[in-house]
Amino acid sequence: MTPVLRLTGITKRFGPLVANDAISLTLHAGEVLALLGENGAGKTTLMNILFGHYVADEGSVEAFGRPLPPGSPRAALEAGIGMVHQHFTLADNLSVLDNIAVGTEPLWRPWSDRGGARKRLLDLAGRFGLGVRPDALVADLSVGERQRVEILKALYRDARILILDEPTAVLTPQEASGLFDTLRRLTSDGLAVVFISHKMNEVFAVSDSVAVLRAGRLVATRRTAETDREELAALMVGRDIKPPTPAPMEPGEPVLALSGVTVASGHGRPLLDAVDLTVRRHQVIGIAGVSGNGQTALADLISGLIHADSGSVTLKGESVVAADPAAMVQRGVARIPEDRHAAGLVGAMSVWENLIAERYRDPAFSRFGVLKRGAARRYADEVIRAFDVRCPGPDARTQLLSGGNMQKLILGRTLAHRPDLILASQPTRGLDVGAVSYVHGRLLEARAAGAGVLLISEDLDEILALADCIAVIHHGRLTPLLPHDRVSIRQLGLLMAGHWDVLKEVGHAA
Amino acid sequence: MRLEPRTHTPLAVRVLAPVGAVLAALALCALLVAWTGAPVLKAYGLLVEGAVGSRFALTETLTRATPLILTGLAAAVAFRARLWNIGAEGQLYMGALAAVVLGGGMLNLPFWLLIPTVLIAGALAGGLTLLGPAVLKVRFGVDEVVTTLLLNFVVLLLVSLLLEGALKDPMGMGWPQSAPVVEAAELPKLVARTRLHAGLVIALALAAVLWLIDTRTIWGYENRAVGANPRAAAFAGMPVTKVMLRTAVLSGGLAGLAGAAEVCGLKGYLTLDLSPGFGYSGIVVAMLAQLHPLGVVGGALFIAGIFVGADAMSRAVPVPNYIADVLVATSLLCMLVAGLLARYRLRRG
Repeated sequence: MTPVLRLTGITKRFGPLVANDAISLTLHAGEVLALLGENGAGKTTLMNILFGHYVADEGSVEAFGRPLPPGSPRAALEAGIGMVHQHFTLADNLSVLDNIAVGTEPLWRPWSDRGGARKRLLDLAGRFGLGVRPDALVADLSVGERQRVEILKALYRDARILILDEPTAVLTPQEASGLFDTLRRLTSDGLAVVFISHKMNEVFAVSDSVAVLRAGRLVATRRTAETDREELAALMVGRDIKPPTPAPMEPGEPVLALSGVTVASGHGRPLLDAVDLTVRRHQVIGIAGVSGNGQTALADLISGLIHADSGSVTLKGESVVAADPAAMVQRGVARIPEDRHAAGLVGAMSVWENLIAERYRDPAFSRFGVLKRGAARRYADEVIRAFDVRCPGPDARTQLLSGGNMQKLILGRTLAHRPDLILASQPTRGLDVGAVSYVHGRLLEARAAGAGVLLISEDLDEILALADCIAVIHHGRLTPLLPHDRVSIRQLGLLMAGHWDVLKEVGHAA
Repeated sequence: MRLEPRTHTPLAVRVLAPVGAVLAALALCALLVAWTGAPVLKAYGLLVEGAVGSRFALTETLTRATPLILTGLAAAVAFRARLWNIGAEGQLYMGALAAVVLGGGMLNLPFWLLIPTVLIAGALAGGLTLLGPAVLKVRFGVDEVVTTLLLNFVVLLLVSLLLEGALKDPMGMGWPQSAPVVEAAELPKLVARTRLHAGLVIALALAAVLWLIDTRTIWGYENRAVGANPRAAAFAGMPVTKVMLRTAVLSGGLAGLAGAAEVCGLKGYLTLDLSPGFGYSGIVVAMLAQLHPLGVVGGALFIAGIFVGADAMSRAVPVPNYIADVLVATSLLCMLVAGLLARYRLRRG
């Protein structure tokens, strides 16, 4: 059987970084190929080359036996390749039908064939079990529904090869298994699917074969049935990474207490809805939830960026009213922001300037409004060493650092001052394995030293590995704390989807 | 052809970018000069000679550069903090207005008290003029490009109204001009029998002071952080709103000072043609300087030289002195391209 897709010797460099190194792959009709690899292994780059977003430095792509011109998403679409991006590309203010039909009709026709489009859409939806309401506004859809619309959009354009980039990142476990059903229906119809993931269990749930990428290289391809988790993990990581093992500790006094905290959104549902939460010393509290359910508001609140509209926030027994970020830092809150590029660091400034950003008014770093640049550089040198930041020196421009080193910089900025509370918001998103285990290690060290850690993460595995207690956030509401050893992944998934009747089953503890 | 961001811009590229832009602008404008039928090289030679070729030419260029340094600093300071102040022209006239009101005999003070008072009043008037748009920006998100630009016309009409009415010089033979400032408010001359005045010293000193503030103080540190990434600055606990308003007062103040210095150092009274677009040219100066306070001095000297030189050139060859405006505008366009090329690398394919 001839492959529907063949990649030959694809190489892509970004400056000194080789994102893809001579990768060759084939894909057959009716097959689900899982592209497995850590963050930064080059999966997304490869698929962006395939879809024409990037131009490969070397190598070629062949679809259905014909070479695909590089750098043209249109050519990829015409060749029957459809891509569902990690971040959806739908227009919120248009209906499902409009989103799907847009771009498929000739511009010069004075009217559009909506009847025909609707029929075709419903047809496709019925055939593959992708239930959607054609006239619903995309803005009103859940994330799972939006993903179905994205898939239908590709199918509507006669895609025969479907690329899904980390499709489950935004789904609850239950929604993910629905997606897997859809993928099976698609392949039984003769489509070929490339499924990008860094989660092992999904690979086994859905794929026929698996290609493992590590640091830009294709290290192995296997039939899924002929391999196992251990082998894939070893291939993916390249070495043994010990999962962090938090030693059980007796929780201490509370450092953070939220009581009935509500943050209005200005329209409709509040961002945070009567949230109660207590974080104690020697404790990691994990906040699990599907992206966009109030995590950002919770993090902003504790960062001092926004204020509660009602309810009370208490830090170390003192009530906090209208605190700004500077006041939060002063009260011993270490804040690791969700988006280290946009909110954490000023990329155009040097490493030392970023390291003192939270305490430049401290007498150690300035006097009478004049910066003590020598002292600041020496301090930066210390932090760089203590936190193993790989950079040319304190004067290096921060945007030249890798993601992992940027995160170490932020850790150094905040953890070097013995905080009482650590707010870690998606602390390992987009980091490589080594950096992830470094961050986890530092957080657990701080917990041992007496800090309370509030870990907000969309990565359930991370939460299960680190947290002593877990609370699930859904539509701005927070469940009571659930001890990590008393709750299953299935239960967490149901809670993340809003089925809180499960709480009875868990029998929560304080 | 594609643009790829450079990971690092070498200093040589940063310095060569404005030089290259200026040369490109000169080459482009050579076409216009040639079109008039004048010999290009001779015309440019006359231009350079007219700008720096004699003691007189040099003092004229320096005189012309004085307000340009100040308005250039005004633009550089504001743009650094991403406050797009297009209203330096209006702020300059507000400063000039304050200078003729206070310096026109209202205050009876010795010169060593009157001059600082008048100059500071001019700076305050300019600063307050920009504070309004800045407050609207931080409070309600009103686009300051629109408000500051439009305020220029409001200010010019206000000045026009006052020159025809309340401030009209009774001894002015009916011309729309204000009464001159008193002698004690006049800035001393730097070189006898030329127009060069102490305003230049003030402008140069301010450029140096601003550079020191920028690199050595927590004010400058906050300004740079807020300008480069306001979200990260706010997250780290910097007072972003305060920085914006502070920058607005400083930027408007520099432009206002330019107006006051022109009145007290050069013209002596206020007319509607006090500034041939110094406020707008200041933007070009700042862009040529890549918003660096010391670079502004160089940028201002260049622009001033072009204007002064073009006047001299137009007397000798049949090239209208409007070529100066075209040259300056072309330099800005070339500088924008050069700035892009300094930050990105051009790749084929």
